[in-house]
Amino acid sequence: MSTSALEVRALNRSFGALRVARDVNLTLEKGARRALIGPNGAGKTTLVNLITGALAPSSGEVLLNGENITALSQAARARRGLARTFQINQLFRGLSVIENICLAIGERDGECNNLWRSAGAKRSVLEEALDHLDALQLGDDALKLVRELPYGRQRLVEIAIALAQRPRVLLLDEPAAGVPSSESHLILDVVASLDPDIAVLIIEHDMDVVFRFARKITVLVAGAVFTEGTPDQIRTNPEVRAVYLGEEAHREARHG
Amino acid sequence: MAESEVTVRATAIRVGAAALPYRERALAFMVRRASWHWAEAVPWLLIIAAFFVFPDRMTFGIQVLIAIMFALSLDLILGYAGIVTLGHAVFFGIGAYTVALLSVRFNWGEPISGLLAGTLVAGLCGLALGWLLLRYRGLTLLMLTLATATLLQEFGNYRSDITGGYDGVPGMEIKKLFGVFDNDLYGHTYYIYVGIVLFLVFVFVRRIVYSPFGQALTGIRENIRRMHAIGSPVHRRLVTAYAIAAAIAGTAGALFAQSTAYATLGVFDFDNSAKVMVMLILGGTGRLYGAFVGAVIYMVLEDNLAKASPAFWQFGIGLLLVLTVLFARRGLLGLIESAGEYLKKRRT
Repeated sequence: MSTSALEVRALNRSFGALRVARDVNLTLEKGARRALIGPNGAGKTTLVNLITGALAPSSGEVLLNGENITALSQAARARRGLARTFQINQLFRGLSVIENICLAIGERDGECNNLWRSAGAKRSVLEEALDHLDALQLGDDALKLVRELPYGRQRLVEIAIALAQRPRVLLLDEPAAGVPSSESHLILDVVASLDPDIAVLIIEHDMDVVFRFARKITVLVAGAVFTEGTPDQIRTNPEVRAVYLGEEAHREARHG
Repeated sequence: MAESEVTVRATAIRVGAAALPYRERALAFMVRRASWHWAEAVPWLLIIAAFFVFPDRMTFGIQVLIAIMFALSLDLILGYAGIVTLGHAVFFGIGAYTVALLSVRFNWGEPISGLLAGTLVAGLCGLALGWLLLRYRGLTLLMLTLATATLLQEFGNYRSDITGGYDGVPGMEIKKLFGVFDNDLYGHTYYIYVGIVLFLVFVFVRRIVYSPFGQALTGIRENIRRMHAIGSPVHRRLVTAYAIAAAIAGTAGALFAQSTAYATLGVFDFDNSAKVMVMLILGGTGRLYGAFVGAVIYMVLEDNLAKASPAFWQFGIGLLLVLTVLFARRGLLGLIESAGEYLKKRRT
């Protein structure tokens, strides 16, 4: 049996009486393209926080490449190749774009333990940072401060930092959230062309994106896995339509 | 004629820079960022000039240099790593008391080794306290650092048989520097001594700030959540920075004890912790030279205002602090920087 890139076993978490994760089981194979969908408040971001270690589970296990990482800190998990992006930008706003990337590289390689060498002295780090920026068409903005960038470009920096970590598992929490649709295609192109070796889990509300990107979809409702399947299975599943797609259609009808 | 030539050349450089591919431009900027700028010579030239212009004010000058060093140590943790503390005087005090007690109890008055001892002891205390306290942030940390300073001060008071309490350590004797240079009445020797130590400390701090470690500290200040997410051992980074800042504050405290040949529990006062923070905020945090500007302004104002109005001198400093916080959030250096950028923009 080959080990999966990421495995979540019987994960539980409660806030008081509110159970935000109930016996969640989830397996991502190497190179997986998985979408995590569900109505608002289903616990999608909570699940990401539980996987990355930002939140501690009440019970259950998280395995990364077969290794049990449940007891490890968030940072230790990140150093083992688990990266995430945030639904709301978490960037180093007062620093330049290239420094944002250099930080991710520096912490990945342990460069940041160095107190004495100038941060600009290691050319390989700078070159790699620029490569990451070029790949996301951010090269021109390398020296701009992050807070001076328009929101859509900041979303790209959010992804660039995660990619600079050279992750083996990447969790994308609504990468195109808050970006006008005229610009979101760039972000979605980036997501579509991610390295095929990285296992990717994406939380996304746009069903077109989900059906185009994902090879497998997990539906989360009220903290529990409701069902799991291929895009076609999910699309044609009447129960999913009822709890999720139906709600969506209902909302569209109301607004339309 | 000469002027137009300069303009032409300046334009050529600007065009040249713009013509460079963006990659090269970004690389060049990142490589050059840590190199010394000519303007950085100014504060040091002023410190040297002060020696010749105010030869009879050198004892005051020494205290200004010590204040700069103290503020610089706070800048490393407050300005760069974003650690708020109201107990930084603890390490200043530990440095001062290390020198004082070494001299009185062990008859060890040799200044250089005393200075190193003060630095080391303060650094170790910073390591232990930092490891303990830096799990907390914001208001909690503010209160904990404040409480630590008060507790330590009270402990010193309780064991006044050792510390001399608020009357100070009696009979401190500091030997000649290198066995040759005495601390003369005018403070000329010690001004040079403290000035040199300040320069060494500054070069050290400057290197740290521009190192990858320094970048990580700024990252923690800017967004601690993301630092955790990219795998940074945040606690270790903070404790390291805190210990270094504590060691430097200890150096400043040791120099204080040596230059005045006296140390009382007053060095642990809340006043002392608050004062150094006010200095740094006045000058500007997270920019190294803010410590210089802030400490000089504070000390000179304090000196003059206290003479002019012994009862109300703090009003002047309070007013300046309020104005700074309201109109120059980035400190006086930040204000000058903004003015420079504004003028540059208007010219083009």
